[in-house]
Amino acid sequence: MLTDAEDEEKWLAEGIAGIQHNAFYMHRALDSNDLRAALRYSVQMLSELRTSLLSPNKYYELYMRAFDELRKLEMFFREETARDAISIVELYELVQHAGNILPRLYLLCTVGSVYIKLKEAPGKDVLKDLVEMCRGIQHPVRGLFLRSYLCQISRDKLTGIGSHFEGDADLINDAVEFVLQNFTEMNKLWVRLQHQGLTREKDKREKERGQLRDLVGKNLHVLSQIEGIDLDMYKETVLPRVLEQVVNCKDELAQHYLMDCIIQVFPDEYHLQTLETLLTAFPQLQPTVDTKVVLSRLMERLSIYAASSTEVLPEFLQVEAFAKLSNAIGKVIEAQVDMPIVGAITLYVSLLTFALRVHPDRLDYVDQVLGACVKKLSGKAKLEDTKATKQIVALLSAPLEKYNDIATALKLPNYPRVMDHLDNGTNKVMAVVIIQSIMKSNTSISSADKVEALFELIKGLIKDTDGAQDDELDEEEFKEEQNSVARLINMLHNDDPEEMLKIICTVKKHLILGGPKRLAFTIPSLIFSALKLVRHLHGQDGDAIGEEVAATPKKIFQIVHQTIEALASVPSPELALRLYLQCAEAANDCDLEPVTYGFFTQAFVLYEEEVADSKAQVTAIHLIIGTLQRMNVFGVENRDTLTHKATGYSAKLLKKLDQCRAVYACSHLFWVDEQDGIRDGERVLLCLKRALRIANAAQQMANVTRGSSGPVILFVEILNKYLYFFERGNPQITSSLIQDLIDLIKTETQSDSTSDPSANAFFACTLRYIEFQKQKGGAMGEKYEPIKA
Amino acid sequence: MVLVLAIGDLHIPHRAPDLPAKFKSMLVPGKIQHILCTGNLCIKEVHDYLKSLCPDLHITRGEYDEDVRYPENKTLTIGQFKLGLCHGHQIIPWGDLDSLAMLQRQLDVDILVTGHTHQFKAYKHEGGVVINPGSATGAYSSITYDVNPSFVLMDIDGLRVVVYVYELIDGEVKVDKIDFKKTATTQSTH
Repeated sequence: MLTDAEDEEKWLAEGIAGIQHNAFYMHRALDSNDLRAALRYSVQMLSELRTSLLSPNKYYELYMRAFDELRKLEMFFREETARDAISIVELYELVQHAGNILPRLYLLCTVGSVYIKLKEAPGKDVLKDLVEMCRGIQHPVRGLFLRSYLCQISRDKLTGIGSHFEGDADLINDAVEFVLQNFTEMNKLWVRLQHQGLTREKDKREKERGQLRDLVGKNLHVLSQIEGIDLDMYKETVLPRVLEQVVNCKDELAQHYLMDCIIQVFPDEYHLQTLETLLTAFPQLQPTVDTKVVLSRLMERLSIYAASSTEVLPEFLQVEAFAKLSNAIGKVIEAQVDMPIVGAITLYVSLLTFALRVHPDRLDYVDQVLGACVKKLSGKAKLEDTKATKQIVALLSAPLEKYNDIATALKLPNYPRVMDHLDNGTNKVMAVVIIQSIMKSNTSISSADKVEALFELIKGLIKDTDGAQDDELDEEEFKEEQNSVARLINMLHNDDPEEMLKIICTVKKHLILGGPKRLAFTIPSLIFSALKLVRHLHGQDGDAIGEEVAATPKKIFQIVHQTIEALASVPSPELALRLYLQCAEAANDCDLEPVTYGFFTQAFVLYEEEVADSKAQVTAIHLIIGTLQRMNVFGVENRDTLTHKATGYSAKLLKKLDQCRAVYACSHLFWVDEQDGIRDGERVLLCLKRALRIANAAQQMANVTRGSSGPVILFVEILNKYLYFFERGNPQITSSLIQDLIDLIKTETQSDSTSDPSANAFFACTLRYIEFQKQKGGAMGEKYEPIKA
Repeated sequence: MVLVLAIGDLHIPHRAPDLPAKFKSMLVPGKIQHILCTGNLCIKEVHDYLKSLCPDLHITRGEYDEDVRYPENKTLTIGQFKLGLCHGHQIIPWGDLDSLAMLQRQLDVDILVTGHTHQFKAYKHEGGVVINPGSATGAYSSITYDVNPSFVLMDIDGLRVVVYVYELIDGEVKVDKIDFKKTATTQSTH
């Protein structure tokens, strides 16, 4: 038993054989100029096209064979009439004798085409005759191909240079009428094709029907190529008639294809001028038609057209293209109740793209589109559909990419409302995209209002959103997000101190809501931003300005103080301590002693109560000493209190090694080159001696616990400190003191063979340095003279 | 010829959003053989960025670095030179030349690279070189006012090193260089 497909192959082969067989005899008849025989064989050949057994695909193959033969016949007819062997009228009569309607019509079309070319009869009568007679074939496939043949052979007569109809309005009307009628009839046949055959084969049939669409569409191509059709005729006749057929056929496949075809084949200029008519058709299409694809393509074409020349822009304004498109989209969405949300949003994306390309200056259009989208989304809390989410992201990204400037997006009231509909994850991704866009364009956000609007946009990063679950949190991702917020804070800037202070207050208000896990990431940027402002104010000598000025260093220090307090309570004591010290330096530069003292107090309290890790203590104490050493704002009392504390902390570090180093570092608190008041040689010596005692203790401890000599390197370090103050003229540091220490180190290194090589190298370097200083001569060389390395 | 990048105190994201674009376009992967970073990057993204420029990356710890595993100081040998690296907040008084010289003696190095002050410096000292590459982002500093972004490239060739300092001033990159030749006497004696 043969399958359907094999059956079909067999039938097709038989058909082709039939055509070839009859074509052979037809050729022989043509060669011997036997017209009647030629006609007889051609009728038999064309009879093969009467088959109903083939699918459209196979039928097409058969048709093409016959088509090639008909071209030869047409040539023959032309030659015969040219040499007056027979008149065209006679020929036209003659072929009508063919017994069967289908071959007869093919032959009539063939002769007809010669007829028109000869200009013997008015072409329009022949065409009208033919297009009417073709109604005789109502079988969809046979009818479609016959009319396609008619369209094909008439094409070169209707279009192009030397057209037989050009230049005469009536003739053009006739030509248009002919094509429109053929188009209408073909479309009807095409639509009817779906009702043929079994219901269960519907899908297969629709696929086959899809393959035939270009036969119908070719009519529209021909229409678009008739040169005589001007805008008026297109507007008055062509478009309404075509649309009427499209809408009335109520067929999904045909409507989708033909709307698309109209948009593709006719000029953009015409679309723009007939936008209203064209758009009215969309809501009338079947609900299943994928209008968004077609509409998107229309908008895409129009925006490219708009970009093609500045001269066409006024046209867009004149016809109110945006309003019309926006309106039409609204109606389509309204009419197609079942359209999935993603479809609606896709349409908005296209409309937005159109608005951005054609009317980049009209932010209100952009916001209008976003507003329409919000309206569509209202009632639904968060989007679950990933495809729709993707489209929303596209919708929100488009203005960012276009303007490359977040400030523009901040002016759109509906922007954050659209963002609200994104799920938490995507919302954050979008927020990061916004931040990156700011970074990329390197734009500063320069007013508190804009900052407020910006934080509204990125609130998904700034605070916990309802329903967000902590355990879902990817720590790495969270860090990156928070770091991007921290980077962003650097971009919020205005040179005007008043506005900058407002910005800082706004940022603070939002950041504080971030909860403990965010503060450690975001607060430092805010603090440094505030300290930059302090320095800016200080630089411009702000003291002279009146009292109503809000932005004063004092005021800023208060804000900063509260903010770091919040950070400290997170708790994040080490970071808070560092920031307090930074503030202390800034307050010192502003000559604000109580404020500076306040910051130091806070840092010390944190050190005592919160910094427990011994390694963290070592770093913290060095930062405290380093900062305190630079202070010049303090009176004797305050300074004494603070240095006393710092020295005390140093001596209480866990490891002797760290103790020793911190204590000798404290010596710098009592001797500051830049400050005349601080040259207390005695206390420097006290510090260094204390360090020496700790080094000794460390050594004894090492002897007891490990049976080795202790860290000799500490002695070398202290020796270097001796030299430092010796060179600076500290009277307490004498050459004999130095000599004693050198000798001590020498005995230590010689008595212990297992000594630390790095300590030995350091010592050797130090001795070399002493020699170097001696050889330099002058006052320094003299000073070094008594010391024997 | 070996190219060594010395860079530090970027303070991203606390004090700067990113490296200046001009620097980013100059620093491309494949040209640099070693990176010495004084610290205060402060975050992993910056670490990854430096690593992408050159896998041989040496970092010491700044007081704002989130990665606590960076060492306080580090020494390494490149060609004929011994280099020392330290952030510098441990060296009090901060930025003090004599105190840095003490560290140079302690680490026994020809070239000492430190940061912290955000003020670029490159000078010969006691037969060695002391370098501070400044802040690559021009980050705020309580020690130095009006910081310009800067970094340092060292071209080490035999006993000679050419130190190039790149500084971004009003959007333009300015280059300075100092030449240093190591003599046999400054070579380590052991």
